[in-house]
Amino acid sequence: MKMKLEINGSQYEVDTDRNMPLLLVIRDMLDLKGTKYGCGRAACGSCTLLVDGEAVRSCSYPVSLAEGRQITTIEGLSENGQRHPVQQAWIEEIVPQCGYCQPGFMMATVALLNKIPDPTDEDIDQNILNVCRCGTYFRMRKAIHRAAELNKSNI
Amino acid sequence: MRGKKEKKGFSRRKFVVRSAVGVGVLLGTTWVTSPLWRRALADKVDKADPIYLGNTKDPVMWFYISNEGRVTLHSPKVEMGQGALTGLVQIAADELGVPIEHMDVVHAESMSGNLDQFSTGGSTTVSGLWQPLRELAATMREMLRMEAAKQMQVSADTLKVDNGTVSGNGRTLTFGEIVAHVEEWTIPKDAPLRDISEYQYVGKPVPRVDLEDKVMGAPIFGMDASLPGMLYGAVVRPTKIGARFVDANTMETVLMPGVVKVVKEKDFVGVVAETQLQAEMAKRTIKVKWETDRNWQTRDIEEMILVGKGKPIVIQKQGNSKRLLRNASEVITAEYKSPIGAHAQIEPNGAVAEVREDYAKVILSTQVVRLTRNEVADRLGLKKDQVNIVPTYLGGGFGRRLHTPHAMQAAVMARVVGKPVKYFFDRQEEFQHDTFRPPTHHVLKAVLSEDGMIEAMEHNVSSGDVMFGSPIIPDILQSILGSDAGAWRGGMIQYGAIPHHRAISWRVKLPFATSWWRSLGLLANTFAIESFMDELALKAGKDPVQFRLDHIQDDVRGFRLKEVIKAAAEKAGFMDEVHNGRAMGFAASTDANTPVAHVAEVSVEGKQIKVHKVTCAIDPGLAVNPDQVRAQCEGCVIMGMSAAMFEKMEVVDGSLRPTMYGPYKMALMKHAPKEIDVVILENDDVPGAVGEPPLGPIGAAIANAVYRLTGKRLREMPLTLEG
Ligand code: FES
Ligand code: FES
Repeated sequence: MKMKLEINGSQYEVDTDRNMPLLLVIRDMLDLKGTKYGCGRAACGSCTLLVDGEAVRSCSYPVSLAEGRQITTIEGLSENGQRHPVQQAWIEEIVPQCGYCQPGFMMATVALLNKIPDPTDEDIDQNILNVCRCGTYFRMRKAIHRAAELNKSNI
Repeated sequence: MRGKKEKKGFSRRKFVVRSAVGVGVLLGTTWVTSPLWRRALADKVDKADPIYLGNTKDPVMWFYISNEGRVTLHSPKVEMGQGALTGLVQIAADELGVPIEHMDVVHAESMSGNLDQFSTGGSTTVSGLWQPLRELAATMREMLRMEAAKQMQVSADTLKVDNGTVSGNGRTLTFGEIVAHVEEWTIPKDAPLRDISEYQYVGKPVPRVDLEDKVMGAPIFGMDASLPGMLYGAVVRPTKIGARFVDANTMETVLMPGVVKVVKEKDFVGVVAETQLQAEMAKRTIKVKWETDRNWQTRDIEEMILVGKGKPIVIQKQGNSKRLLRNASEVITAEYKSPIGAHAQIEPNGAVAEVREDYAKVILSTQVVRLTRNEVADRLGLKKDQVNIVPTYLGGGFGRRLHTPHAMQAAVMARVVGKPVKYFFDRQEEFQHDTFRPPTHHVLKAVLSEDGMIEAMEHNVSSGDVMFGSPIIPDILQSILGSDAGAWRGGMIQYGAIPHHRAISWRVKLPFATSWWRSLGLLANTFAIESFMDELALKAGKDPVQFRLDHIQDDVRGFRLKEVIKAAAEKAGFMDEVHNGRAMGFAASTDANTPVAHVAEVSVEGKQIKVHKVTCAIDPGLAVNPDQVRAQCEGCVIMGMSAAMFEKMEVVDGSLRPTMYGPYKMALMKHAPKEIDVVILENDDVPGAVGEPPLGPIGAAIANAVYRLTGKRLREMPLTLEG
């Protein structure tokens, strides 16, 4: 069936099964490859993106649920070539190793900061539940705090 | 600046490539199968400098210079996350004399001819290419200088190369201007290397070259590849160990929506469909009959792996520990175990293939470009030079991609349907068909003298295969070595001042695939030996740091090990007592000539082990990029503690389980230490291994701390106080 999707501020029309995972629509049909497939079972978080500002594991999220809502992927974080504060913080802390999990973590962080602008370590531990095999958690934590700082100074 | 820095260490230059392997092959098999030779060989392998097997003569294959003066390095090594490509760019930029901002790096496609004969792995990219890449870059630089001299009609001696330009006699040509007019390169006979003290980038914490792409979400991974008109494939894999294919019923499958073709081959059954979801759904309707002889269970494997069951080979021997152990009035003995471990890299294995009559292209994440090319060519009946393997960035390697035969399956499916096909493992398959870190069993024995010194020590390690059976290790080498150098990596006793010591490696062939897992046997072997050292120190009533120092020999290796031990203890303020509910555990290892020491600061709340802080001292020799050395230490600490504290695969009714993140427990953000303090020593003037050595001591460091808090000696990974 035909559906309208709003992704990163642009309108898309897709013709697919209602139950098609949002991740596959975004990656395979719309060719936005920044959102990653890791497990397909909502277990790793590498497919995390935002639906109306909230973190969603898109591999296990039927595309029909996203209709009429605002979807943001890693590609949509930066505006006019300006890095999003979370991306800026990630750059400054030189977080990524293999990098595969990183978009998912950055999206989860954006959602966390929407909810809790200045998270404590405890908040981070409870909310950031993605998996990074390279073990970049140590730098991610620093980057999350730094992003919170950058957000403050942007206001 | 580097070079002016006062160093306590040692200087050596690797102008001559030494290869223990070459020596072995020359000597012939009869000689070297004797125990003495094999031990000598094991020692050589343990201490060997990395070698690079591939083109080191032709700079044009490595560097492409555009008319705008951008220099692109075509790397035969792949980036798996360790920052190795950044290191290569730093080295090349310095030797070429070009601003690093003018440099790009790409993975060399197999058809370019710039092919690593072996693999990316073993922490050898920067260390192994250090000398060859400098020489290649120096030659390229001299070629540019000579060409500029020709174009300016002056003598090359009057020109200097700097900042992406060649200048002299009041004139300057950029690299771009020079290459725009080159007709034929003149290859210099001799290209002197710049002095390391002139290097601007080597030794600096230069940001990673892939940083921007990875933060912006650029499509750089194998999984991100696509080709026009691409279809999606899926392959049925058995769920049980040792399952043999009998037949497959695909009657239902051909009727499933989107199915383009069912592909039945002698060794696999797959389906190609229009979308990924359709391929997955169709795959589920394929009814395959498998045949198995046996329903394996975890306890079967645990029994097989016990020391004494497999085939032993002595890999290290000094003095006569056997006699001492026999005659001693008290022998201290302890056994340790480690479980089956999964790679669990987040990017699944997969490939995008396109096949025509006389040409095939496969895009994928792989650590073995050459092997994959050869396998695809063989399978398709093409010549090797008709196959182009396009390596991408890897969403984690860790040894999982040292054999990527799914490239063949993607290629076969692509040929059958006549269109490009993308095929990748789903996560269950990824776990179930991993090439696992083998389980291990260790028996340690020691005799202490009256003054609390170790007189004799033995380490028996029994393990499944790591490098044996791997297609990148020639059979001849396996039979010459006799022992699996991957399984015993880190299993030699690094305390050379123990007068009598011995290490014995027991080989067990397991019924499922085991192979390379980041740092190979290092994690398990160090866990066993360094926990045992701690037990001995306590028994002797000695400080664990001093106890270690007292047993290290006086040579270069010993010196470097002692220095990291002292540095870690000092930086952490090591105290062998419980303080504010926390205790410190100490452990050290030497891997691929890189010594590392960890201090883990741990508390126990209820049954929960919590690692608060890890201090890590490492001596990788010259640190090409100190920030990335740090990053590797942090990453290894976390991946290592994940493996040491949480991870375990079980064998249940013939199947390997669990098959998903979550049930396969791994360290998450909340488990990672809030502090990781890294000290870098540089007691060698060439770069050494970085990407794996810091994994070694973490398991033992944590277990040693837990003992101090609870009086419980955890001798089995994953370390837990539950049950
Ligand atoms: S791919 Fe969606 S959570 Fe793993
Ligand atoms: S950076 Fe590799 S998995 Fe996170």
